[in-house]
Amino acid sequence: MATLREIRRRISSVKSTQKITKAMKMVAAAKLRRAQDAVISARPYARKLKELFSHLNGVMDIEAHPMFIERPIESVAIIVVTADRGLCGAFNSNIIKSTVNYIRSNYADLNNAGKVKLVCVGRKGNDFFQKNGFQVLAKYIGIYNDLNFAGARSIIEEVAKGYLAGEYDRVEIIYNEFKSIVQQRVAVERLLPIQTDVINSQLQSSASKSPINYIYEPSVREIIGGLVPRHINFQIWRALLESNAAEQGARMSAMENATTNASDLIRTLQLSYNKARQSSITKELLEIVGGAEALKNS
Amino acid sequence: MADKTFKLEIITPTKVIFNGDVISFSAPGVMGGFQVLFNHAPMLAEIGIGTLKLQEPSGKEIFFATSGGFVDVLNNHVVILAETVERHDEIDQGRAESARDRAKHKLIGKLTENESADTKSALDRAINRIRVAEKR
Repeated sequence: MATLREIRRRISSVKSTQKITKAMKMVAAAKLRRAQDAVISARPYARKLKELFSHLNGVMDIEAHPMFIERPIESVAIIVVTADRGLCGAFNSNIIKSTVNYIRSNYADLNNAGKVKLVCVGRKGNDFFQKNGFQVLAKYIGIYNDLNFAGARSIIEEVAKGYLAGEYDRVEIIYNEFKSIVQQRVAVERLLPIQTDVINSQLQSSASKSPINYIYEPSVREIIGGLVPRHINFQIWRALLESNAAEQGARMSAMENATTNASDLIRTLQLSYNKARQSSITKELLEIVGGAEALKNS
Repeated sequence: MADKTFKLEIITPTKVIFNGDVISFSAPGVMGGFQVLFNHAPMLAEIGIGTLKLQEPSGKEIFFATSGGFVDVLNNHVVILAETVERHDEIDQGRAESARDRAKHKLIGKLTENESADTKSALDRAINRIRVAEKR
């Protein structure tokens, strides 16, 4: 059995770990709140953007825009959204695993030919994919420290440029969707070419309304030309917000578990400490009694 | 001037910047500036870098710097959808000035066509923000 002193040392070490996990949980909870607020405040923009598309779709075929046109797939770019930090349960490893599986099952041939390129958002994903011989086109590390729209836009602008230049024929994004605080879902979405049903499904509701006689300035075509990239910009912004909220949620529940585990560990350690203490007292008493007996008999 | 007001919303991806009734509103359209008053015909316009100006029923004017977006006018309800909008009293003038100087400095050197266009638009944005900030 471990000595008293050893057990005491272990208890105090577990206790200080517990303090850290508790603090991390609290920080994650605060960040989660902010992240959730950000997700919610992005909604009016999304709603309005859809509305504008529906106004326009009646007037002109939006799908003529180059970002809608499907090309034979010879090369793919995948944006992989992970976190910069660990200690958030299976958050990062889920994304990495899903990405690897996804590439293997969908683009195995392209990948062997080196035609699958990754854009890593977040340090964790970048570390893994760099190390394991994937083609990393670009990496964005540290954007969560100050998550802003301009940062999200700069990612997609680079990617969209490559897409329009024909460097790849499809752009997909893999990220953790925020389901609830304890639940994340790995989502794989196609960014480019834009899936027509993404916009069409939103159009059904407004199709019943009579068409409005709009004045277009400068012209329908140019407005669509400006609006479509904004749709993409917003898609990635939403994905980053979701992923950020999911990360904080995952970290919060991971740290919650860690704190509970630490409590359990402390309890069992305390028990064995008490047992050890008791048995040492008993032993000492026996020795004293034995010594006294020996003296009496002499 | 008749106090006929209409509803105006300024929406960005991060938050709703303004939501309220106004008397008039003007924006830097890509084809030239325009003003919207009560009972304006339905219009969908693209706006460029410049100043958004609106007048509240109290007569107070508010200015915003924007880097471009869209204006949707329909049934006395105007929605401005823009990726960045800053209220004149929230602009960090120092930062805008340093952005301007940085862009100016960069334009002196050799740039590719793409870089040069990006830098020029950064310069425009910075100058615009300074101009709007000075309206306080």
